[in-house]
Amino acid sequence: MFHWLEKHPFFFAVGVFVSIAFAGLIEIVPNFAQASRPVIGTAPYSTLELAGRHVYIKNSCNACHSQLIRPFKSETDRYGHYSLSGEYAYDRPFLWGSKRTGPDLMRVGNYRTTDWHENHMKEPQSVVPGSIMPAYTWMFKNTADINTAYAEQLTVAQFFAVPYNKEVPMKDGSTKIVKMGESVADANALALEEAKAIAADMKDQDVKDAVANGQIPEIVALIAYMNSLK
Amino acid sequence: MENRPLEYDYTVAKMFMFTTIVLGIVGMLIGVILAFQLAFPEVNTILGQGLAEYTNFSRLRPLHTDAVIFGFTLSGIFATWYYVGQRVLKVSMAESGFLMFIGKLHFWLYLVGVAAVVVTLFMGITTSKEYAEFEWPIDIAIVVVWVLFGISIFGLIGIRREKSLYISIWYYIATFLGIAMLYLFNNMEIPTMLAASPAGESGIGAWYHSVSMYAGTNDALVQWWYGHNAVAFGFTVPIVAMIYYFLPKESGQAIYSYKLSLLSFWGLMFVYLWAGGHHLIYSTVPDWMQTMGSIFSVILILPSWGSAINMLLTMKGEWQQVAASPLIKFMVLGSTFYMFSTLEGPIQAIKSVNAIAHFTDWIVGHVHDGVLGWVGFMIMAALYHMAPRVFKREIYSKSLMATQFWIQTLGVVLYFTSMWIAGITQGMMWRAHDEFGNLAYSFIDTVTVLHPYYTIRGVGGLLYLVGFLMFAYNIYKTMTVGRKVEESELQNASPMGA
Repeated sequence: MFHWLEKHPFFFAVGVFVSIAFAGLIEIVPNFAQASRPVIGTAPYSTLELAGRHVYIKNSCNACHSQLIRPFKSETDRYGHYSLSGEYAYDRPFLWGSKRTGPDLMRVGNYRTTDWHENHMKEPQSVVPGSIMPAYTWMFKNTADINTAYAEQLTVAQFFAVPYNKEVPMKDGSTKIVKMGESVADANALALEEAKAIAADMKDQDVKDAVANGQIPEIVALIAYMNSLK
Repeated sequence: MENRPLEYDYTVAKMFMFTTIVLGIVGMLIGVILAFQLAFPEVNTILGQGLAEYTNFSRLRPLHTDAVIFGFTLSGIFATWYYVGQRVLKVSMAESGFLMFIGKLHFWLYLVGVAAVVVTLFMGITTSKEYAEFEWPIDIAIVVVWVLFGISIFGLIGIRREKSLYISIWYYIATFLGIAMLYLFNNMEIPTMLAASPAGESGIGAWYHSVSMYAGTNDALVQWWYGHNAVAFGFTVPIVAMIYYFLPKESGQAIYSYKLSLLSFWGLMFVYLWAGGHHLIYSTVPDWMQTMGSIFSVILILPSWGSAINMLLTMKGEWQQVAASPLIKFMVLGSTFYMFSTLEGPIQAIKSVNAIAHFTDWIVGHVHDGVLGWVGFMIMAALYHMAPRVFKREIYSKSLMATQFWIQTLGVVLYFTSMWIAGITQGMMWRAHDEFGNLAYSFIDTVTVLHPYYTIRGVGGLLYLVGFLMFAYNIYKTMTVGRKVEESELQNASPMGA
């Protein structure tokens, strides 16, 4: 059979393809629908948080920080409850990372504050002596891309039925509505409102001035995202 | 067969040899910079505060991986294809104007793709998925490049004189099909410019931005099905294609066992894809999938070692060549590193070992003993074998080649030993508890302790880069001042073996 295949490239290629495609079918397909169902307490990202997530991705934060807490005592002691599949239901792309050069950030919103992040991003060694993380000073100057975040919200609401402007159940039995703007101007206004609350807790005068003038620096969006990780 | 009158045309092979070397230097140089950034964080601002955004670890890291995978390795795969393909199918590229055109188009479009990747990654335009960072416009370009590669493979097969496909061709076909399938499914994404707001606005935000078709756990599953097997079909399958051609040619020895090559090939095809799950052990993917990933990773030792043993036994009775020829040294040590790396991988895939190894530098070490010791050595060996035949000049310096071999070997050894120690140290410190059950170390303790190992790793990487520069110099000198030699003068064995 093999000698015959080696003289018939088309059938040879088909044989190879079937051999390699087989595993993917069995591993990936059966679980697809179930794995993407959100758990109670998981809400979609707001416009500003999503813009912050884009800043996180733009700077490949996931190259050094994981967002996946494994079910070990040492991990739950350090980072909080282990990760559940449904908690990632609105994560496109997933940001588990593959290397922990720095600590896990899955629930960083539970134990770090806006003020801590501001100091840390400006000069990591000032809050973590011995840290090998570089400073991210440009995030205080670059403006966050709210429009792209809004476009992404519209896309996921349209194609994947992500529940924006709808009631989402929370752990304490209440419900939460994550608002998405009606228009680009509306989305920017919503994001700015959220940004103002964060800028109020920050020290950097340039950032405060920018937000007062209706500009949102990347750092503000990033902190909004960090604070949402719980 | 070497002396038949058919003249092969190496125009396209030469072009890809050039990018193999240039992108190899770029990728490895960035790698060395990254290594020193981890040991000495000041290196992050090496070009000053103003450019820190572009010289910082996180911006450079995807550039390093992609330059090495899609620059150096892929160029090497293409260069060897445009050399080996003609020779084992007994047909010249010059015989088909169409295939020549496709080959050249393949190269130039590839170059455009590389340029687009470099620019966008520096700008921070990325999807964040490892080895699939490119946004949708570049994905489309990559698919076109890949289709051209496929046309080239099957076109040349279509006009072949030698009816039976040699083992190397099996592996090139598998490379083409495997990457095509994986890349397409992992990069399913929706451009966000397609969405319209309730107010009727459309084309909002960055036109190149997209959102993944899969969410969370599913996205991770598809990504590591891709990520692991991009290694399979980029770093293993085509490199095996190379060694099946170049080792017998260079040593003048026939392949040890046809049956072993059959077992290894079909075994690898069937088993490799399952192993992707070992990247997700103790994650939120279902337990049975993690277990499958673990078990199949161990089974994978069989086909991997099958190929490697087949190569080493090909040298049976001719071991003096290893001492005499630096080129044979590269290939024999490459096979050995392949065995070593394909044993280490399954060990790391065992659940209890993975609990310590995952997220640590041990994984980085594993990747590099495979890539530096196996992929890098084999591609350089292939180019060293091709150069005298392509440029019709003898290799410039054999002693330079031997020096390069030992410098790079030392570099690889320093690299993986330091990363083993670093990874296991960190993994153990993360989980250590004191007598009251509290965590024994804060996270930063587990970072500062790694400084010496990061430094040693940087030195190891630097040695490898130095060796690669010697390789580039040697090839350059061969092209320009090497002694002129006709292929008929070259025996099966290395021109320098005599």
